[in-house]
Amino acid sequence: MFKPKSRSIEKIYHWVFSLLAFTSLAFLVGIMLILFKEGLPIFKHVKLFSFVFGQAWYQTFDPPEYGILPLALASIMVTVGALFVCVPLGVGSALFLNELASYRVRSVLKPLIEILAGIPSIVYGFFGMVIVAPLLQETLNLPVGQTAFTGSLILGIMATPTVCSIAEDALGFVPKSFREASFAVGANRWQTLTKVVIPAAGSGISTAVILGMSRAVGETMTVLMVTGGAAVMPNSFSSFFAPVRPMTSTIAAEMGETVFGSAHYSALFAIGLILFFFTLLFNIAAELISRRFRVKLGIGR
Amino acid sequence: MRKKINQSLGFFFLSLAVTVTIFFLSVLLYFIFSRGFRIISWEFLTAVPRKAMTQGGVAPAIIGTLYLTLGAIIFSLPIGLACAIYLCEYTPKSFVVNIVRISINNLAGVPSVVFGLFGLAVFVKFLNFGVSILSGSLTLGIMVLPSIISAAQEALLAIPQSYREASLALGATKWQTIKKIVIPSALPGIMTGVILSIGRVAGETAPIMFTAATFYKRGYPKSIFDEVMALPYHIYALMTEGVHPAQQKDIAYGCAFILLIIVLVISAVAVIIRGVQRSKYGLQS
Repeated sequence: MFKPKSRSIEKIYHWVFSLLAFTSLAFLVGIMLILFKEGLPIFKHVKLFSFVFGQAWYQTFDPPEYGILPLALASIMVTVGALFVCVPLGVGSALFLNELASYRVRSVLKPLIEILAGIPSIVYGFFGMVIVAPLLQETLNLPVGQTAFTGSLILGIMATPTVCSIAEDALGFVPKSFREASFAVGANRWQTLTKVVIPAAGSGISTAVILGMSRAVGETMTVLMVTGGAAVMPNSFSSFFAPVRPMTSTIAAEMGETVFGSAHYSALFAIGLILFFFTLLFNIAAELISRRFRVKLGIGR
Repeated sequence: MRKKINQSLGFFFLSLAVTVTIFFLSVLLYFIFSRGFRIISWEFLTAVPRKAMTQGGVAPAIIGTLYLTLGAIIFSLPIGLACAIYLCEYTPKSFVVNIVRISINNLAGVPSVVFGLFGLAVFVKFLNFGVSILSGSLTLGIMVLPSIISAAQEALLAIPQSYREASLALGATKWQTIKKIVIPSALPGIMTGVILSIGRVAGETAPIMFTAATFYKRGYPKSIFDEVMALPYHIYALMTEGVHPAQQKDIAYGCAFILLIIVLVISAVAVIIRGVQRSKYGLQS
């Protein structure tokens, strides 16, 4: 039965599979190395401090200035704004699906939301640009419709299905016995939901929020099309209703016009490096929280 | 009494959240579908652009998207499948598996524009593939790898352990079991994952901006080293470049319509297949 040939084939397959299993790790490390290699040369032109805290991004001036603070603040502004939209909507929808929806409503809505999560970001960006931005410009009486606010709104709507899906999964993991115990001591459905189910699924819901946030920070096409693209320092609350230029859209908008290997080229890669570490941080946080969640509820895998 | 009011109020807000979400998304779909549908004609789907992007069709962009998507899947499917097989079939839970799993999760979280930068530095410049179908497909392929792996993993985990045990008990080796039993049973699940990934790849813009896409190209690409037009990038370019914004906007509506139809139909098919599949193995959807 065990011919020597089949045994060596077994070994070969085992090796091939284990080698290929590491491609994800290799790509992750590769991306990091490339970003370092292409991005670090910027510090021959600009000091680290004035790169990170410089208040002016004038890539076309002579001499050019590469301070990414306005870009970073724009990213933070748009992301936080998006959270105000996608957390209530996404988590609220997840609770609705889990708690209120009948089996039939749920079996329609859940796949529907999942399908909607697949709408490409370019379509959201296009929709924001041609419909939402003009509408906001008119109703809020703004000089331009493409603002940080518009970006937050569209990004938030875009991240809602993602947040909803993940949060709903987390709620699904809460054991039935938790609810039953709560009902048994006389709590009604709302009390059970807020005092038992949400705390039990809390870290799972936070994972959903962090992953939604990670998606919003890294989103490119939508913000490129709806935030207007002015690299100015936000200085007051009204900046929220003015055009901004987040980090991702700066890369996308300017990479086409750079010369390979120039300071501008390196500066854009350095922004990419910062984005990479930001999202890495979010993902590791999500990972740690969701692991704690699984241990708490005793779920394997 | 207060208990009851709180409950009704709370449930009202939950229903409101889901209503608002569905409302926003329906408005989006309504505008794209109603305005895009008017633009669609046989010529729009099959002809090349004419008169500085104001007339004719977008066939090269549709074909370009097709090539890029196909290329990405050809690259990522074998690697993703092998990776999933290794994680599910070969290794017990261990330190190594954890490392691989964490790197897959993190790769999934890398912003799409960063993949674009990687593709630009490695495929376009370092390997000298230029701005081409090849560079774009490889970049998209790396980006979509994590979702292929997790879909394949889910499909493999859904196969009951008894299938494997029965095969091993008959004297089949590990590889024979995987090849003859595990993969065929998991195939529908794996296909679902692949189809969902196709939907994602087809709509991605940022990774192909610097690696494959171009606004205007005369005719169709002839080799994998040619640059291509692609639907998502074409929408962006129509809105930001060119000299006839009004007519270009209409064409952009048409492109968004086609892209949305492609992506939604693909993911609907996948989600339905998965539902059927899950109920077959008695899993909760």
